[in-house]
Amino acid sequence: MTSKHDSTALPVINNFSRRAAVKGGFATLGAAAFVASISPLRQAAKQTTAAEFMQSHYTELSAEDKQAVIARLEADAKENYGADVTIADDRPIPGTKFVYAINLSVCNGNGKCVEACHKENNHDRSTNQSYIRVIEMPKGTMDLEQGSTTYTGTVPQPDKFYLPVQCQQCDEPPCVDVCPVQATWKEEDGIVVVDYNWCIGCRYCEAACPYHARRFNWKKPDVPADEVNPDQSYLSNRIRPVGVIEKCTYCLHRTRRGKLPACLEACPTGARVFGNILDPDSNIRWILENKRVYILKEELGTKPAFFYFFD
Amino acid sequence: MSSISASDPDQESHFISYPTFLGRALWSATEGSLAFYAWMTLLTAISLVGANAWAHQVAEGMIQTNMTDQVSWGLYISNFTFCVGLAAGGVMMVIPAYLYDDHQMHKVVIIGEAIAIAAIVMCTLSVVVDIGRPDRFWHMIPGIGKFNWPISMLTWDIIVLNGYLLINLHIVGYLLYMRYLGRTPNPVWYVPFVFLSIFWAISIHTVTAFLYCGLGGRPFWNTALLAPRFLASAFVSGPAFILLVMRILRVTGCYAADPGPARTLIQIIRVAMVVNLLMLVSEIFTLFYTGGAHASSAHYLFFGSHGHDGLVPWMWSSIALNLIGTALFFLPSAMDRSLVRVVACVCVLVGIWIEKGMGLIVPGFIPSTLHEIVEYSPSLIEWKVVAGIWAFGFLLLTIMLKLIANVFNAQPVPERTTVATGGGRG
Repeated sequence: MTSKHDSTALPVINNFSRRAAVKGGFATLGAAAFVASISPLRQAAKQTTAAEFMQSHYTELSAEDKQAVIARLEADAKENYGADVTIADDRPIPGTKFVYAINLSVCNGNGKCVEACHKENNHDRSTNQSYIRVIEMPKGTMDLEQGSTTYTGTVPQPDKFYLPVQCQQCDEPPCVDVCPVQATWKEEDGIVVVDYNWCIGCRYCEAACPYHARRFNWKKPDVPADEVNPDQSYLSNRIRPVGVIEKCTYCLHRTRRGKLPACLEACPTGARVFGNILDPDSNIRWILENKRVYILKEELGTKPAFFYFFD
Repeated sequence: MSSISASDPDQESHFISYPTFLGRALWSATEGSLAFYAWMTLLTAISLVGANAWAHQVAEGMIQTNMTDQVSWGLYISNFTFCVGLAAGGVMMVIPAYLYDDHQMHKVVIIGEAIAIAAIVMCTLSVVVDIGRPDRFWHMIPGIGKFNWPISMLTWDIIVLNGYLLINLHIVGYLLYMRYLGRTPNPVWYVPFVFLSIFWAISIHTVTAFLYCGLGGRPFWNTALLAPRFLASAFVSGPAFILLVMRILRVTGCYAADPGPARTLIQIIRVAMVVNLLMLVSEIFTLFYTGGAHASSAHYLFFGSHGHDGLVPWMWSSIALNLIGTALFFLPSAMDRSLVRVVACVCVLVGIWIEKGMGLIVPGFIPSTLHEIVEYSPSLIEWKVVAGIWAFGFLLLTIMLKLIANVFNAQPVPERTTVATGGGRG
């Protein structure tokens, strides 16, 4: 084929112009088919503004940037959910390290904490999402394999005890280590947060967490306007975008303003204790110093800031 | 008509003549018989189905997949893991070719490199379709994004996979370009890269194993054997894939190599597969003899647990296919250009695809870290996307192979060394 051409190694095709026309036609057809096939993306692109696309990482936003971002997010909430919300930027209180403890002798598995979390944090209504899972465990074991998260009926059952699990705000958080884009980090008061506008949704943190503390927004959260909790914070309970990870933040929009987490306030048994471990007079400090304390999966070395205790 | 016989390439800058070469190569690689066009049309159509499914997934959310908060990685990451192995294994023929100076292997090496390139592209696509916010892809770009290197293993994976792609593009591009110019390739410009690609091939699969085995919360993955097992199975799937590709090229009359390299590949497969099975046995022994929490995923995978057994048929099919494939590779006729060899290759490829994907990624999540059992089987959208990724990979591979065949066939056929007939070794 190529013998008559000296300096080339590739075959030469006759009838060049006709073939070029045919190939060009097919290439155009292919390109058009490709554009048609990805046309649903236009729908998705409409939901992302240029400002949102270009937004920097939370830690790199200036005060003015933050103001603009928050104004945009508040307008989004109005437009998409019909709700008037206020989004604050709550920062850690110096000299504070938040710690949580649950009295397993008292918790009776009523699930009020799960429900309170669902409402407080503007979770998706259709999937009944919550950051808390309560495990019904047979007495006589701490092996989670024996437990059930889907228990129904009256509580407490006489032969059972109840183990609520949520983010343990680890001091050595595996979820933070694995994130490829630093979209999640641990703040000075110990709370592990996510920048929902920076997360790429790879779900590596969800695989890394030993406590099933993280949740992914598989769809756009659905919350009716009158049920939206308008009291929001950028790093906690503002309505999350689709396709990103979220998690328990010890209700930082409450706790950093001196209030208690919603799950604690909702608990009718008084099993939950929350406070600043750096305060020597705090209730939580007394409990950790005087009670028998159990740490979930302590052997993994994640150093949780979450404790279970017994009377 | 054609302007292919341009001026003497020696006088042209490479900046002009290399793109010219690429353009001509692409032109010639899209020439072929009716069957070739039918094949390419089919692949394009499947790719478009996949692209469309992915676009729907992005527009409507990943609720379109069957993944859940419990099983948060599924078919996509499974396919990714297998493709990394294919890419790593694709370069394994480089070792005999260069380390042992086996000149017959050189013609096969370039095929392996082409497979590696296509496989890496498939890896990248498998990850891109798995992320919830592909529009935020730029957050991963070092410099303008926030690249969590060196702490996150995923950032290592991004580096090694892209590096591997560049190395292989360079090697394949350089060797073909030199042939096109009618020059002898200068070893300085490719031999160091070839050796680099050997180490790099090992690194891509090791780092991919580290993604999983570094997670203390997932006992099923948290084993030091994971990386060696990945490598051993990659040294099976890579050569097996090359053998199949070489068979297709020979049957279609595009490109033929001597029977020698194929026998070397089969020797590699025999050793690697035995090592892989040995490590699998060791893993199974450790899990079940010890028992406890470490065995609960394995229990679910092999026998089902608490009435859930979605992965049991997958895993036993994988074990059966791997054993049958291995036995066939040890038959003397596997050394010939026989049907046995083809069947053996298909068996181990499917077996390893399951073993590394649905049999490794999914059971890592079942039971969940709170011991909930939520089962997973891929949705139609997920199957369409993965089919699209494979079709696109084959599309790239076909074009590259066509190009390699054109460039090589245009050269005078190198003198063949005499090969003993029958090939009844082993």
